[in-house]
Amino acid sequence: MSRYFAIFLTFARACLVRDMTFRANFILECVTSLGWMSMNLAFYLLVFTFTSEIGKGTGWSKEPFFAFVATGLIINSIVQALFMPSAEELTEMVRTGGLDGVLVQPLDAQFLLSMHRVDFSALANGLVGVGLLAWAVPRLDHPPPPVAWLLYPLLIVCGVAILYGFVIMLAAATIHMGRNQSLYDFWFYLTNFSRYPAEIYSGPFGGPLRMLCTFVIPILLVVNVPARMVAQPFTGQAWGGVAAAVVAAIASLVVSRFVFQRALAKYRSASS
Amino acid sequence: MSEVIIRPASPFQGLRTWWMMLKISLEERLVYRGDFALGTLMRFLPIVTQVFLWTAVFGATTKTDIAGYTRNDIVAYYLLTMLTRAFSSMPGLSTGIARSVRDGSVKKFLVQPVDYVSFLLAARVAHKLVYYAVAALPFAGVFVLCRSYFPPVPDAITIAAFVTSLVLSFLLGFFMEATLGMLGFWFMEVSSIVFGYMLVQYLLSGHMFPIDLLDGVPTGIAGVSLADVVHWLPFEYTAYFSSAVWLGKVHGDRLVWSLAIEAAWVVVMAVACRIAWWRGTRRYSAFGG
Repeated sequence: MSRYFAIFLTFARACLVRDMTFRANFILECVTSLGWMSMNLAFYLLVFTFTSEIGKGTGWSKEPFFAFVATGLIINSIVQALFMPSAEELTEMVRTGGLDGVLVQPLDAQFLLSMHRVDFSALANGLVGVGLLAWAVPRLDHPPPPVAWLLYPLLIVCGVAILYGFVIMLAAATIHMGRNQSLYDFWFYLTNFSRYPAEIYSGPFGGPLRMLCTFVIPILLVVNVPARMVAQPFTGQAWGGVAAAVVAAIASLVVSRFVFQRALAKYRSASS
Repeated sequence: MSEVIIRPASPFQGLRTWWMMLKISLEERLVYRGDFALGTLMRFLPIVTQVFLWTAVFGATTKTDIAGYTRNDIVAYYLLTMLTRAFSSMPGLSTGIARSVRDGSVKKFLVQPVDYVSFLLAARVAHKLVYYAVAALPFAGVFVLCRSYFPPVPDAITIAAFVTSLVLSFLLGFFMEATLGMLGFWFMEVSSIVFGYMLVQYLLSGHMFPIDLLDGVPTGIAGVSLADVVHWLPFEYTAYFSSAVWLGKVHGDRLVWSLAIEAAWVVVMAVACRIAWWRGTRRYSAFGG
């Protein structure tokens, strides 16, 4: 384990050196990333000029909602920084046969394919998320108790683990399909469901969708459970969410590992 | 000594070249049809969250409409925007042009009797044809399922204006992104510029929300809102405009005037694209085989 951690640190250091070599590009990437995030925040501010909360009686008024958005920013920035750049490269590696070189390395293929590239500029959004959380939490009607703050980092890790599982399964789909340029798009569309409080999915279609996105594809647990911990009053029901998030994270890692290994077993080299 | 005979180009030569380019591009698109079909179907996912978000927003307010849009109008608007974007979005066009400049593959268009911009246009038409073939059924299904959100079908003139705006949005989207890609002649890496453009495009095209929501947003100039400014820019003609036409939000003189602005932007961007190609190829140098 420590060997893998040391290798990961070497990868991260190499990526940081590369980013700092093209410093202007790095800054530009941070700026554009922040621009995208600011635009979304502006949209939410615009929405709150027309309504006082998202969903009647849901408790997601402006400040709690921005605490929710902040949590989403933190989780997504970690995944974008650590796993997405490598997963995006995989699609071309499969098509061109570059995957062969990875498979003969004396290291776990999943580790190498999912963690060899780190995008430090993606962490900029996470830092803004922390700032946004620091702005929103003191303005909440119910300040989160210490236990909520203790659970919050654990639930962030669970959220990241669930999303990592999805990234790996999408990467496995790439191996089956030969090319999956839509990987990033699909990722964006899938995580779109996690960007809003679960309460908005109600009614004859919303109810079943909420069940599906909680128990089958646990995308709604990713942001909702940790965000609820700090943005909504802490009650006994919160423990159910914690248990669900932990189980979903473990299941996501196990299932994605299984799916990825099966996909690798079916891989046929594209190179000569 | 052999004699070289140069035949004059027949009037159908250009058409044949176009047809060949279209055929090649169609076959290329169909090679990775699994990826293509998946990418097409996925585009329906974001609309689901938008419908639920706006339903929740309307559920929490006593207002029946926001900036003239009822909840049904908003849902219909997002669905129509998807249709408009199916015409105007050009995924990978600008980055593809910049890459071909960077890796030198563009040089074949400098020595072959094939115009690069025409080739790209034919490839994009092929891309769209395959896209519509794959997406027609899901689009029809979604629109039939959501028919209750839509107002009654508009009159023939509005439908004609809607179709015209869609065709113009395709050309506008193509020339805007192609011009952006031509910046590759001046900059080695354009990905950040393209991303910046995408941000502005997403916000000001009406893809994110109807531009009418910006009506009350001040610009600092008395009597001029942000929406007024956006109407003069090309972006809203790639998403908002066509949707607003179908929903009856734009009509009468404003409809004619807006179509004229859209057509003018198509001409401006087509000329800009040609100039960028012309100037770019003059400063371009490639070495090796």
